Amino acid sequence: MRTKKIKGIKFGLLSAKEIRKMSASRIITPDTYGEDGFPIERGLVNQHIGVIDPGLRCKTCGGRMGECPGHFGHIDLEAAVIHIGYAKLIYRILTATCRKCGKVLLGEEDRNRFLEDIERQRERQADVGDVVKLLFKEAAKCSVCMYCGELQQRIKYDKPTAYKEIDEEEKERRLMPTDVRERLERIPGEDVALFGMAPKNARPEWMVLTVLPVPPVTARPSITLESGQRSEDDLTHKLVDIIRINQRFMENRDAGAPQLIIEDLWELLQYHINTYFDNDIAGVPPARHRSGRPLKTISQRLKGKEGRFRGSLSGKRVNFSARTVISPDPDIDIDEVGVPEAIAKELTITVNVTERNFDVMRETVRRGRTHPGVNYVRRSDGRKVKVTESNYETLAEELDIGWKVERHIRDGDIVLFNRQPSLHRLSIMAHYVMIMPGRTFRLNPTVCPPYNADYDGDEMNMHVLQTEEARAEAKILMAVQRNIISPRFGRPIIGSIHDYITGLFLLTRGEKRFEKEKVLDILHKIDIDDLGVPAGTFEPPDGYEVSGTKGDEVRPIPYWTEKQVFSMILPRGLNLEFQGKTCAKCVESGEECKKEKCSRDAYVRIQDGNLVCGIIDENALGSFKGIIIARIFRQYGEEITKVFIKNVARLAINYIKQVGFSFGISDEDIPEEGKEQIREEAVHEAEEKVERLIRAYEGEELETLPGRTVDETLELLIMQELGRARDYSGDIAERYLGIENPGVLMAKSGARGSMLNLTQMAACVGQQSVRGERIKRGYRGRTLPHFKPGDRSADAHGFVRASFKDGLSPTEYFFHAVGGREALVDTAVRTSQSGYFQRRLINALQDLEVKNDGTVRETRGTVVQFKYGDDGVDPSKSDSGKFVDIDEVIRESIKVET
Amino acid sequence: MKKEKVPILEHELVPKHEVLGEEAVAELLDTYKIKKEQLPKIKLSDPVIKEKEIKADVGDVVRIRRESRTAGKALSYRLVIE
Repeated sequence: MRTKKIKGIKFGLLSAKEIRKMSASRIITPDTYGEDGFPIERGLVNQHIGVIDPGLRCKTCGGRMGECPGHFGHIDLEAAVIHIGYAKLIYRILTATCRKCGKVLLGEEDRNRFLEDIERQRERQADVGDVVKLLFKEAAKCSVCMYCGELQQRIKYDKPTAYKEIDEEEKERRLMPTDVRERLERIPGEDVALFGMAPKNARPEWMVLTVLPVPPVTARPSITLESGQRSEDDLTHKLVDIIRINQRFMENRDAGAPQLIIEDLWELLQYHINTYFDNDIAGVPPARHRSGRPLKTISQRLKGKEGRFRGSLSGKRVNFSARTVISPDPDIDIDEVGVPEAIAKELTITVNVTERNFDVMRETVRRGRTHPGVNYVRRSDGRKVKVTESNYETLAEELDIGWKVERHIRDGDIVLFNRQPSLHRLSIMAHYVMIMPGRTFRLNPTVCPPYNADYDGDEMNMHVLQTEEARAEAKILMAVQRNIISPRFGRPIIGSIHDYITGLFLLTRGEKRFEKEKVLDILHKIDIDDLGVPAGTFEPPDGYEVSGTKGDEVRPIPYWTEKQVFSMILPRGLNLEFQGKTCAKCVESGEECKKEKCSRDAYVRIQDGNLVCGIIDENALGSFKGIIIARIFRQYGEEITKVFIKNVARLAINYIKQVGFSFGISDEDIPEEGKEQIREEAVHEAEEKVERLIRAYEGEELETLPGRTVDETLELLIMQELGRARDYSGDIAERYLGIENPGVLMAKSGARGSMLNLTQMAACVGQQSVRGERIKRGYRGRTLPHFKPGDRSADAHGFVRASFKDGLSPTEYFFHAVGGREALVDTAVRTSQSGYFQRRLINALQDLEVKNDGTVRETRGTVVQFKYGDDGVDPSKSDSGKFVDIDEVIRESIKVET
Repeated sequence: MKKEKVPILEHELVPKHEVLGEEAVAELLDTYKIKKEQLPKIKLSDPVIKEKEIKADVGDVVRIRRESRTAGKALSYRLVIE
């Protein structure tokens, strides 16, 4: 193929001459189709300016529909009309030039200075707009022309397209478009350059239209309705209006109609041409369709999200894609996706038939359209044949090398999987297809975090890759296991979630003894050959049947500990030490970390792939945290990590299934004495303290905090006190619920929910706030009519003493709704704002690239950063954003020496 | 009240700027295999460039030493433009 290089792009205005030159037909009739059903000569759907009817030929180029790209036509306007897009610029130019000689109202010196400035900006490839703006401001100041001595008059711009001249006596005179055009014509070419325009490409008078280009019919095709009636495009409708008024104007003028009528028609023509360009002008009623729908004219076609640029050029609809609801399947791999058969039968991959795959492809074609089959075949001459019930057998026989076969996707094909909004690169990852029954995409729950997906009805998109290069790239760069470490924070984003964490927490907590059968049960579906040496043996309790024993023979039963069971899925050679989530942070309170002897068993130590001590929780394996996963990823690589994540999930499920786990309303119950304690010790106490604070305030005894007023101090102290009350009641609730409570267990292990959630459900909902303050809006001096004006007490300003379980009182319920509304509004505002911010960032950064020397450069090769991120580290290959974990390296090397 | 000029170079948020000698510039351009124009720019009107201690002119290259959150210390270079 011959390639051409673009040397430059020229921007300019179309002159009347140019419009006529490129026109294939002068349009004079507003009608489209004649009675014979053929397009009317010289009409708007003229055969000279393009064909949209099958079978007809273009009278300009001879092409048939699809071949002829269309040609422009033109309308000769009977009266000059301002181009709405340049209305403002015309105004600026009018104010900056002499009304008589047309020269720019600037002294020689200023003129040259501005010309130089413009030239300099051009050289730098920078915007000349600012310079020109300054020039307009400068030139408009002048009241007498320095070249011809003419006194200048003030010009008023009457939106959208009228100009008025105000003389010394404050009398207004309308400048008709013809007057404007005459003035613009007088501006000398050298002066045009001062506006940043090249007089050769853009003379200012060309901004006043005398000829209107008519876009080809191919750009405004009519559609035939089911009833056989033709429906014209909005643009055609608008052009019909323009031609009609244009004609009426001519008739009236030729008949010598009064000036008033002529001007009215002129105004109307201006309106139609304005709305033809832009039907969304401020202060102008939009032109409407007969049905009352505003017309979609030129500007509307281009502008905005669904416009030509953002909607059709930057983004398009794609083929080879599918979308459906997602649902979980913990039994498939993390890099797999379950695809419904119905989808697999629609999506295809084009395969070239070669010597080597000939037999396989023939076999595939022979299956016809039944699942791993074919939809289309393309013969060597390029003819595409649809595979049908009747022809697949013959096609299989005819199949030859050089044909192309569009085969169904099947197990093992690589596809891209995506969930919107695609906020980071992990929103699109490569998965391997697994065909399944049903109608949903199946997704392993552990890969939900990178997509931010859940199964409450989320839909996801799938794209089938069509070239070998794309497949290779996807496999190497986009595979799920490659993206376990997030480029956002350098830690695993894929890990255990929810019940997996609960399961592991339950398994590794406390001392347990599992006999062989139990161990095998827990390790079900995990690839392990050797259970290792049991930790010990125990005497079977009475009535315990040991298989293979006879009579009263007592044989000790070997057992494995919970840590041993977990260790079985850890890779050999793994050494790791860290604090778990249940760590009480002894070090922070000045005490020594007891490490292995930690009473909470929060200190995790892994030695050569054996869990020596510690409870496994969110910190160890959770998504976003996952210390063990991060370590395995760095030490053993993607594949082993993938297997590990899968094994962890299996282990967790197997165990939690065995012991059972549930959470219900009754798990929020606190015994009566506990409730009493919360009421008395926490809530009542706090309310009394608040009372005391208010009394102190009223007695003017309250000590003001530095930098605050007395009122602020009071509010702050009350907030603090009530905050404490909720925390304290939460502590009490926790004591009564205990760690065995499933809610507490989930919160402590990091599986789901927080202690705050539990506090609110079981003990006390606490203070409701709007903008970080107690609720104070409502009536004058009070929030609700239930309270006295000026009441500053806790319950008058949104303190909810009840728990969700107990139920809220009417006023409490109201305050809770007030606080809840703020949260709702916040999320709505935040998402739209962050979405727009993201768009701006992407537009600004999309062309930057990290080059091989580590510099970040833009397209011209200009350096933006001398080293990517100053340290040249790719966070997705880092250790929490750091190049190496020095401590770890030192610890490792010491171990090797000793 | 008389306005006293704040010594901006001593401010902790202003990184250290220094003009590069001709040789150093040549070396810099060679390491990155770039032309002078491909360097990031700084305006002559930038308060730091206007300081007497810097005395940079159009066409000079300044080296900026910054504290960096990721790398500790980071070097950057800018071409002075008008």
